Amino acid sequence: MPDISKHAASPPAAVLAASWPILVLLAALALVPALSAAVDNPFLIRLFTRVVIFAIVAAALNFVLGFGALVSLMHAAFFGIGAYVVAIFAFHDFDGSPLWIFPGTSNLAVTIPLAVVLTGLAAALTGVVSLRTSGAYFIMITLAFNQMLFYFFVALQKYGGDDGLQILSNLDFAGLNISKRVTFFYVSLGVLAASLLFFGRLVNSRFGVILRAAAQNERRVIALGISPLRYKLAAFVISGAVTGLAGALWATGQQFVSPSDLSWVRSADFVVMAVLGGMARVWGPVLGALVIVLLEALLPGLTLYWQLPFGLIVILIVVYLQGGLADLFGKMRPAAGGGH
Amino acid sequence: MSASLFIEQLLNGVQFGVMLFLISAGLTLVFGIMNLINLAHGALYMTGAFLAAAFIKITGNFFLAAVLAMALTALTGAAMEWIVLRKFYGRDHLDQVLATFGLILVFNDLVRLIWGVVPVQLRLPGPFSGSVPLMLDVQYPAFRLLILAVGLLVALGLYLVVVHTRIGMWIRAGASNRPMASALGVDVGLVFSLVFAAGAALAGLAGLMAGAISSVQVGMGEPVLILALVVTVIGGIGSIRGAFIAALMIGIVDTFGRVLLPPALGSMVIFMLMAVILAFRPKGLFPVHA
Repeated sequence: MPDISKHAASPPAAVLAASWPILVLLAALALVPALSAAVDNPFLIRLFTRVVIFAIVAAALNFVLGFGALVSLMHAAFFGIGAYVVAIFAFHDFDGSPLWIFPGTSNLAVTIPLAVVLTGLAAALTGVVSLRTSGAYFIMITLAFNQMLFYFFVALQKYGGDDGLQILSNLDFAGLNISKRVTFFYVSLGVLAASLLFFGRLVNSRFGVILRAAAQNERRVIALGISPLRYKLAAFVISGAVTGLAGALWATGQQFVSPSDLSWVRSADFVVMAVLGGMARVWGPVLGALVIVLLEALLPGLTLYWQLPFGLIVILIVVYLQGGLADLFGKMRPAAGGGH
Repeated sequence: MSASLFIEQLLNGVQFGVMLFLISAGLTLVFGIMNLINLAHGALYMTGAFLAAAFIKITGNFFLAAVLAMALTALTGAAMEWIVLRKFYGRDHLDQVLATFGLILVFNDLVRLIWGVVPVQLRLPGPFSGSVPLMLDVQYPAFRLLILAVGLLVALGLYLVVVHTRIGMWIRAGASNRPMASALGVDVGLVFSLVFAAGAALAGLAGLMAGAISSVQVGMGEPVLILALVVTVIGGIGSIRGAFIAALMIGIVDTFGRVLLPPALGSMVIFMLMAVILAFRPKGLFPVHA
């Protein structure tokens, strides 16, 4: 196979220069617990934990959306699967009953990796079917799969069905007391930073170059003797697995999961975050997650009918803000050729 | 399963199928002609139901209210196309998905503002509020039979219009090759506006009929929209015939799946059917574009 990797690598100094806004943002996020303590408002830390976890999903989604031109409307389902794995094992731990032949457990050192693996598996199964199609078909099929998994969890009466599942046992991570809000916030922030670093390296690797090339012109990639399907599938699985990791964190932080975590509206929300933040950069979606989560927290306080302005904002973003918020820090060409 | 239960479920399935067809017909043509994903199509379904509820209150006549509601839903659809969607024909699918997602949020809140959050019940028209004996021991709600008949008549009407009239020829030409149809003198923009308004009216009709057998509430269009997308994808985007066959298939499989299979599986069975069909025919059963 042709070696195209050397065209991709950027000198570390350039990468650092291009990503200073995210370093500033991560540093600012790291100050949230101190701020929360200073103004004595524990709600702040809850709110920003939400920002951080959704930012992980938005970044993971953007790996396939912005760099692979795959408009997935099923990332809420991956998020939900990750969350339910943690919650269901904790349920069996509390209950004392086995899950088929496995004992339940509240040890996150076991259930989080398991959530990642199972979500990756779900992404592989759904990806094999949906990636055979492209463009609009792909969008609709991922939306249908999202709904399928939503109904699956609604139908699981044993785990609360529509009402959701409360985590009643004490979750711990190999002895680390994760139930402390501040500890959990820093763990989540660490996962976000690690995810960004991981996706940043992946996008510029040989694998990432092929993914981006296939998004821009699939035919040429095939003509080079590379089968893009394998790369797209791998990217979809990686993106799904990281989303599952975020879901596992979500369940841990909330101590609660419900089918509404898998709602297709949330899938669309994740796409809005990625687009609003800017799809051309790995860290762009973090900005989107920040703005959307804050909007969704603030708007309902202003008016009962907050979805109306929110919907209008979404439409205006699409009409006028093509490059996303990240373009405020210097323009950048889109990494992938859009949704076609 | 006894014979009478089987017949009852089969009727339920076909009735659900024709309803899905009414929603999918507009969706698949809009998609086929303008290559536009309209997630807000379900909002028109909801609009039709709420308008019918309002007109029933004013006129007291279900059928008059239904006609008025369909007309006003068509106008709403035309306005939606004129004000927002027109800007998105040339844009990529991602932008269309986001813009029409925004439209759903706007529609939901507008309906909430006007009609409130409490679900509304539609009063069934007198002669159709009871049940009729079908055979031996099978009683079946008359209104569901009416839905079945209306759905089949509309399907037949659509077939005649699309296959045997000049405007139908333009629609088919537009769906199979828009630039070519336009080069041959078809005003694709105008045809499309008509199709969009007609599709909206059919979605509104489906919404008011569904509203009459369950209830009319905010957000009712979204689960239905996703089923309509499944129908569109299975049938082949842009194909009316495909949409009809796929809609009946989904209606029947979903109904029997819920009766025969355990709940967790029954609710997933149509999506699995979609996955299996697409694994063999990635462009659906009746692909329109070569």
